[in-house]
Amino acid sequence: MSFLPFAVAAWLFLLGLYGIVASQHLVRTIICLAVVQSSTYVLLLGVGYVSGGQAPIFADIPQTTKAVDPVAQVLVLVDIVVEATVSALLLALAVQAHKRFGSLDPRELRALRD
Amino acid sequence: MSRRARLCLFAPAGAVFALVLIVGMTGLPPFGRYHGVYGRALNGVGVTESHATDLVTALNFDFRAFDTLGEEFILFSSILGVVLILRQLRGERPEPREEEAEEHHFAGASEALRALGLTLVPSMIALGVYIVAHGQLTPGGGFQGGIVLAAAPLALFIAGRYMRMKVLAPQMLIEVGEALGAAAYALIGLGGLIFAGVFFKNFVGLGIAGQLLSGGQIPIASVAVSLEVSGAFLVGWTQFFDQALLIRRGGR
Amino acid sequence: MTVLQIIALVVVALAGAAVVLAPEPLRQALVLGIFGLALTVLFFAFQAPDVALSEIVVSTVGMPVMVLLALRKIGQQERERARRRE
Repeated sequence: MSFLPFAVAAWLFLLGLYGIVASQHLVRTIICLAVVQSSTYVLLLGVGYVSGGQAPIFADIPQTTKAVDPVAQVLVLVDIVVEATVSALLLALAVQAHKRFGSLDPRELRALRD
Repeated sequence: MSRRARLCLFAPAGAVFALVLIVGMTGLPPFGRYHGVYGRALNGVGVTESHATDLVTALNFDFRAFDTLGEEFILFSSILGVVLILRQLRGERPEPREEEAEEHHFAGASEALRALGLTLVPSMIALGVYIVAHGQLTPGGGFQGGIVLAAAPLALFIAGRYMRMKVLAPQMLIEVGEALGAAAYALIGLGGLIFAGVFFKNFVGLGIAGQLLSGGQIPIASVAVSLEVSGAFLVGWTQFFDQALLIRRGGR
Repeated sequence: MTVLQIIALVVVALAGAAVVLAPEPLRQALVLGIFGLALTVLFFAFQAPDVALSEIVVSTVGMPVMVLLALRKIGQQERERARRRE
C-alpha cells in the first residue's frame, strides 16, 4: 500500500502514452499529454511526502513541527501553470495545421509537399 | 503508419517501459519516508532567514528565485508563440457577428446566468488580489493569485457577453501588463545584484514574520508574477476567442 | 497513508482512465475538468495547499476553455471547407 502513489503515477503515465500513440486527432493527443504531465506531479509530491507531516506553512504552528518537503511543491506549482501555456501553444499549432492541411489526423499531416 | 501498426509497436515497448518503471519505483523509499536533506534543512531555517511564514512562496521568490525567472520566461515565450501563430492571416477579416458574439444562444442562457456572472467578476478580482497580497503568510502567491485574476473576466464570457469582456480586459492593457510583470521580476533580480551584490538576493528590508509586508522582495515579486501570469492567460484566451468568435475567412 | 489519500489516488486513477478513453475531444475536455478537480483533492490530501490552489483554476477553467475554443474554430473551418467544395 505504501507504493500506491507511485503506482498511480506510473499508471497515469502509461495511460497517457497509450492515448498519445493511439490518437487519430491532434487535440486528443494534446489532452493525453496533459494526463502524462499530471502523472509527474503525483510522483513528485509522493516522493516529497513525510508521514505525519504538515504543510510547510508555519503561520500558526511552531517551526519545529514535522513538515513535508517544500521543494517538490515549488517545482510542481510552477510547472502546472507553465504546462497550461505550453498546451495553449500546441492547440494554436493544431488550429493552424487544420487550417493549412484540412485535417487533424496525424497520418495525413506527414509531408510538407507544397 | 496505421493505428494498428502503431499499437503493435507500442505494446512491447510499453510493456518493457512499464517493467522498468516498476523496478525503478521499488528502489524509491516507501511513501512517507522522505530522506532528503535540503527540504528538511529549509523547513528548519526558512522562516528565520526570510521572515515569511509560507515557505513554498518564500522558496519560489527568494531562495529559488532564479528558477522562477526561467519558468516565467517559458510562460512569456509560449504566449508569444500563441499570438504569433494565431494572428490574423492575410485575407481574413474580423467580423463580429453580433448575434453570436454578444449573446450566447445556448440552452440555459438566462438573466440569472448574467446576474451571476456580473456578481462573480468583482468577487473573483477581490479574491485574486487577496491571494496575491498574502502569498508570504498563507498559501497563495503570484502564480495562484494571477490565475484567479485571469479567470475573473471569463465569468463575463460565461454570462454571455464576450464583447464586454474585451472592455474589462482590453488587448493593449493585458499585453502591456504581461510585459511589465515579466520585466519587473527581472528587474528585482537586478536590484539584488546592484544593492546587495548577488543576483536575486533579498535587498529590501525583511520586516517582521507574520505581518503583511514581510519577506522583503517576496510581496513585490508576487505582484510582478501575478501581473505576468494573468496577462499571459488573458492574452492566450483572447487569441482563441478572437479566432473562434470573430475572425472569418475573407479572400484567399 | 490516510483514508482520504487512498480514496483520492483511486479517483485520480479512474478519472485519468476516463480522460484517455473518452470517445471524442469535446467530451475529453469536460472530463479533464473533473480530473483536475480530483487532482486538486489529491494535492490537498498530500499537504500541498499551494499546489492545489494552482491546479484548481488551471485545470478546471484554463485548459477546457482553450480546448473548447480550439474545437469550435476547427468545426467552423470544416464547415467552410465543405461549403467551398460544393
